[in-house]
Amino acid sequence: MSSETSGSNGYKVIGTRPIRHDGIDKVIGRAVYGQDVSLPGMLHGAILRSPHAHATIKSIDTSEAEAHPGVKAIITARDLPALADQLSDLGENVVNLRDVSTNILAAGKALYHGHAIAAVAATTLNAAQEAVQKIKVEYEVQQPVLSVQDALAPDAPLLNPENKTKSLGEDTEEPSNIASYYQHKKGDIDKGFEDADVIFEREFDTATVHQGYIEPHNVVAQWNADESVIIWCSTQGSFTVQSQVADLLNMPVSRVRVIPTEIGGGFGGKVQVYIKPVAAVLSKHTGRPVRMVMDRHEVFQATGPAPGSNIKIKLGATNDGKLVAAYAYLAYEAGGFAGSVVGAAGTCVFACYDIPNVQIDGYDILCNKPKTSAYRAPGATNATFCTEAVIDEICEKLEIDPLEFRKRNGAKEGVSRADGPTYDRIGYIETLEAALAHEHYSAPLGDAPEGKARGRGVASGFWMNFAGQSAVNINVNGDGTVTLVEGSTDIGGTRASIAMQAAEVLHLEAEEVRPLVVDTEAIGFTEVTGGSRTTFATGLAAIEAAKDTLNKMKERAAKMLEVEADDIEYSNKVFSCKSNPEKKHTFQEVAEKTGQTGGPVVGSATTSPPSHGPAMATHIADVELDLETGKVDVIRYTAVQDVGKAIHPSYVEGQLQGGAAQGIGWALSEEYVYDDEGHLLNSSFLDYRMMTSLDLPMIDTVLVEVPAADHPYGVRGVGEVPIVPPPAAVANALYRAAGVRMEKLPMSPKNVLEAMGKI
Amino acid sequence: MSKKIHVQTTINGEEIDFLCEPRNSLLEVLRDNLKLTGSKEGCNNGNCGACNVIMDGRLVNACCVLGVEAEGADITTIEGIAEPDCLHPVQQCFLEDAALQCGVCTPGFIVSAKALLDSNPDPSEYDIRYWFAGNLCRCTGYDKIVRAVQHAAERKRETADV
Repeated sequence: MSSETSGSNGYKVIGTRPIRHDGIDKVIGRAVYGQDVSLPGMLHGAILRSPHAHATIKSIDTSEAEAHPGVKAIITARDLPALADQLSDLGENVVNLRDVSTNILAAGKALYHGHAIAAVAATTLNAAQEAVQKIKVEYEVQQPVLSVQDALAPDAPLLNPENKTKSLGEDTEEPSNIASYYQHKKGDIDKGFEDADVIFEREFDTATVHQGYIEPHNVVAQWNADESVIIWCSTQGSFTVQSQVADLLNMPVSRVRVIPTEIGGGFGGKVQVYIKPVAAVLSKHTGRPVRMVMDRHEVFQATGPAPGSNIKIKLGATNDGKLVAAYAYLAYEAGGFAGSVVGAAGTCVFACYDIPNVQIDGYDILCNKPKTSAYRAPGATNATFCTEAVIDEICEKLEIDPLEFRKRNGAKEGVSRADGPTYDRIGYIETLEAALAHEHYSAPLGDAPEGKARGRGVASGFWMNFAGQSAVNINVNGDGTVTLVEGSTDIGGTRASIAMQAAEVLHLEAEEVRPLVVDTEAIGFTEVTGGSRTTFATGLAAIEAAKDTLNKMKERAAKMLEVEADDIEYSNKVFSCKSNPEKKHTFQEVAEKTGQTGGPVVGSATTSPPSHGPAMATHIADVELDLETGKVDVIRYTAVQDVGKAIHPSYVEGQLQGGAAQGIGWALSEEYVYDDEGHLLNSSFLDYRMMTSLDLPMIDTVLVEVPAADHPYGVRGVGEVPIVPPPAAVANALYRAAGVRMEKLPMSPKNVLEAMGKI
Repeated sequence: MSKKIHVQTTINGEEIDFLCEPRNSLLEVLRDNLKLTGSKEGCNNGNCGACNVIMDGRLVNACCVLGVEAEGADITTIEGIAEPDCLHPVQQCFLEDAALQCGVCTPGFIVSAKALLDSNPDPSEYDIRYWFAGNLCRCTGYDKIVRAVQHAAERKRETADV
């Protein structure tokens, strides 16, 4: 790990590793997260949740609960406005608002274990929780549907009899658990397989997993007498909360103010709203602020998860190692409501490769699990696990090195994907070359201890990266620093990565640009922190706002120096006259005098970039398998990624390491465990096993920098793609160790021993 | 509601008293009664470590201790780790080594790391990973956290040598 003291490629700030602006507050416990917000007179909310996975709600009796001491209000779905079907684009996924409304408080049917039924506001949290126990609900329990295979069975119970499959964009008439079906085609798939010398086909199942952020969902809502509402919460997108709450409560967006707090992780799971509109309605009914914080069981039972899936992959290659045909069947769990991330899965499933003949069939399928949500490179990880495992099998058959095979078939500039787009400059081949050259790839595996076996595997991954809208204002302060005002909530260091881009333009130090994340009334519309868009798109707005600021400062300097503005040049914090370099003022001197030269200087910019260069990654994993217990440990790991341009390399490395760790958890131990009746059995951090520090090795990173064409510094989003390769890299390593191809995630001891035929 | 109980304790070197119900956890008392919100609630059942505090020299999850158990105890929370004029080496190294992303697990890790270094000034990588098995971080993959603690240990030892 290097530690640059000055930026690379002639940059002064970009490529350096300053201490993040919000860092001190976060290491001394002073940073305010959503659960830390407290208002005078505040009430506490709690939610009654369905104990059944699939049930008709016959009646709800709240009378006894209402009489409980301290209870101020109880609401059910009847207290929410009735909504028509209406699609809303949340940035990472599109939702039907009627479904969101029915998800936050069930109407008529409970569709998963933990589905919200009623909400209570009381003077204390204990009183609210006690009252919840006194609400009487009569259910008619129905048979649950717990997998895509169950949902597709001819006699499967229907979750929603009104659901008719949207097939290839057209509505159909037959009620079904299939919410939608799409297809992508390129070339002639039949001819492709005819031309192939080797064909491999496998079917895979992957478990439902959760984003696993440490901070539960939270909100404080305060309804005002003028029919407006203020919402404090942690969220990936304050404007997305604003629009959802406004739509769900049938009010203009201007009446909803969202004040974002610090956010304790999201990974795609803190975009959709759950308790925020509920708290707003409870506040409306009581006239007092209402706080709601989910407990960990509620988070697992009723938010997020990433879909489980059933996937079939068939690949054909010629004997000289060229992929000629690829077919994917992608069936993803939507959960109780339509809208899984199977669309993005179709984009990503073969995106690393240049394959002439492709067909992809994608199905979005209802089942009695929580409404699935985005999770870091949503949809890509499931599909890539399968593609990359079959690729590995072809490499073995053809006796070609897996990285060399990928180089031979890797996508590059000018290649078109089956879903349409043609690549601009991308760095996939460069990641393969860097992985080939890395010491890890040629290092001896070392002898496994007795009873254990070791193997090494590789896999690649792709994420398309979103662009989206952002706004930035820059205020020049009297001491020569600037304040950068933005709407992107900071989950992992984006205050720093955005401020550094403005600092580069303004020739200031990173510390001289003070970033401030503000609420929905204080900045222009800004989309979610997600899709790996923030450093790219809000960074672009910051660059443009900095240029605007600099132009205005040049005019002020010209005024002070009594010359024309086009006679001013700027370098190293000094404005000087081209015609007479002796005449000059520093940035700070001009900043001090703005009151005398025309008033405050404020630069601003908004952006909506048309494109964002995609991210590609290649990972190397060494695993050690315990032959008796089936437990797999990752003992060495290297993540190579085309990052475009690393603005703050430490936080880019951190994204690669964190994404890899989540992907390794997905590979080895994470899964939603249900009983036959659809009860989630492991809704705690003890039983839903995420990687701990003891489970992981150091994670080496290689930052390959192939600049993206659509950003002046070449930035590509880096956050999402590192979760994509790990399950496949681990599976391919496990094959080398044990000679078994895993067709199931997670590769838990039980699943591994089953695959090995030992149990 | 049960009758509240009067508790006298020491938090971050300051004598403090509070009233709480017998069922209230120390975490609830710290966050709600005393407004010391630096200790975070991630799971409320001792699995995530975001609420780690040091109680009479032992690292504990504040969510698994009752408020009334604080009677007569000496407690250090994240708010009491730094000196008035400088950060603790663990805090400084977390900043320099970019060992936090979202930051919500960070208070627990820092309190936990302080407890580790108080008892073991020269921990190996394995010692650190074993010690942190009760602290979940979902952002970093732990790599930079482990390195930050290694650096903090070095820095603490250097200061002690002087």
